[in-house]
Amino acid sequence: MPPAEHFAAAPHWEWWILGYFVFGGIAGGSYAIGTLIRLAGAPADQPLSRLAYIVSFLALIPCPIFLTLDLGQPLRFYHMLIDVGDGGLNFKSWSPMSVGSWALLLFGLFSFVSFLGALAEGGTRPLASLRGLGRGAFGTIWGAVGTVFGLFIAGYTGVLLAVSNQAVWSDAGWVLGGLFVASSLAGAAALLLAVAHWRRADGIGTSPGLVAADRNFAILEAILLVLFVASVAVAGTVGKVLGVWIVLWIVVILGLAAPFMAGRTRGASWVPAALPIVSLLGLIALRALVIFSAQS
Amino acid sequence: MATIEARPVGFFTDTSICIGCKACEVACKEWNQLEGNPANFTADSYDNTGQLDAQNWRHVQFIETLPSAANDGNGNGGKAGGAAVIPTPIAGGQAWLMMSDVCKHCQQASCLEVCPTNAIIRTEFDTVVIQQSVCNGCRDCISACPYGVIGFNEKTGTAQKCTMCYDRLQNGMQPACAKACPTESIKFGYLDDLHKAADARLAALQKGGYTKASLYGRDASVYGGLNAFFLLMDTPETYNLPNAENAKLPSRNNVPGYLGGAVTAIAGLIAGVLAFRSSRMAEHNPDAPR
Repeated sequence: MPPAEHFAAAPHWEWWILGYFVFGGIAGGSYAIGTLIRLAGAPADQPLSRLAYIVSFLALIPCPIFLTLDLGQPLRFYHMLIDVGDGGLNFKSWSPMSVGSWALLLFGLFSFVSFLGALAEGGTRPLASLRGLGRGAFGTIWGAVGTVFGLFIAGYTGVLLAVSNQAVWSDAGWVLGGLFVASSLAGAAALLLAVAHWRRADGIGTSPGLVAADRNFAILEAILLVLFVASVAVAGTVGKVLGVWIVLWIVVILGLAAPFMAGRTRGASWVPAALPIVSLLGLIALRALVIFSAQS
Repeated sequence: MATIEARPVGFFTDTSICIGCKACEVACKEWNQLEGNPANFTADSYDNTGQLDAQNWRHVQFIETLPSAANDGNGNGGKAGGAAVIPTPIAGGQAWLMMSDVCKHCQQASCLEVCPTNAIIRTEFDTVVIQQSVCNGCRDCISACPYGVIGFNEKTGTAQKCTMCYDRLQNGMQPACAKACPTESIKFGYLDDLHKAADARLAALQKGGYTKASLYGRDASVYGGLNAFFLLMDTPETYNLPNAENAKLPSRNNVPGYLGGAVTAIAGLIAGVLAFRSSRMAEHNPDAPR
């Protein structure tokens, strides 16, 4: 099979986009984990669910800011949503950037409400009347629909890259969306483990369920990473993701290995907090690898 | 033309008679008030423009092959260090191919497909134009264009490319590059007329022994047909053009991309449920093995 030909110019999506991909992934992944804990977790894990919703919204806040700052004309950010030609709404189902803009807006609503509910449950007094927001049938449906949007935000960025004519991105067309979903879940689980470790004095303990979930997500990510390399190798563009990018690959692999190191290390008390940080760095390195290598 | 009717127009660029004078580039910059990029020494080419981008809406490609590196002097092509594709010398002589490259104004335009703001439109002349007042500089079109045509203008904060002189067309004038071309390598006209002219020119060249001559974008095999199509003297790859096999729309990855994401999301949710359930079971039954 001859290698794929690419003559496309680089869009120069760089640091703002990297920031969005990382924070958006964590926001979507955290929300999904929050809902998972709420629906399937042990009673003792429920404080982690609140923490996940809070982390999700806090991670989401910089996302629209990063995206707006990346635009050449930041004041025209609303052109993503409104057709300035006819004044109507602008939605193109075949353009991931257009779909993603709407998804980000809607996920923001779900994340914000769940954030308020989580704060209320945590005892924030002005929000006391919202304590039941995340509970009951409404809370379940809200969390489930929000999770769909959250996972979409985590993964559509991979599809956005794939729907192009760039080397690597378009060559790994069917893998990138899944790879971004899996790495977002793994990264979010790692961040929650790190925060839970720091806040253990507040009654948020390290959950065995979350540790196990983190490992499962890492296995899923590893499988997709292998598929990613295979797909660019078949297209003849694997050389673009190797070479100088080997440093990032090392961080990615360490990040994948970190969840399995927990429990095998003895001694230093900083290790349980440090391993999730390594996983988180792996998430950042993976996004950086995919974004920058294709444009080099 | 006194007036130009609102029907498909285009460029037929005959590379066999391009002399690389770059008059088209100059005329384009002058009419469209493009400042141009700072002078750059490319070191390996007589071409000092480099590529199509926000400041170069026309670019005359110089496809140069040094005799010592690329062929044995008898008309046999070879591999030169660093060059990805080496053209086969034409008619037994040294190859120095030239092509005035430009936006192809594709019938199935990748840029128009992905643009989230509807800034990119198809005009009444069937050309593809980026509305500068609507573009917000997201650069998705740059990522999508398979020809590397579109560039980002740092000053305006928008994506820019050839408009086929939309303003001139609306006023009954042909595009500046076609007007300036001294050899008529760039021909402007109604698309059906250009197709006839191209077919006749190709037949004449092939009759003269130029068997590798071909038309690129004349038919629908590449992006449904190109309004700016070319007569090439070598393979499309030689001119940095994807061949028909590689000319694919970005949207080909929409369904597989979302499907891959959805399957992974479901797998991730199942993996999460299993992890939290087993943890909950262990909490209920502390003696059970984990």
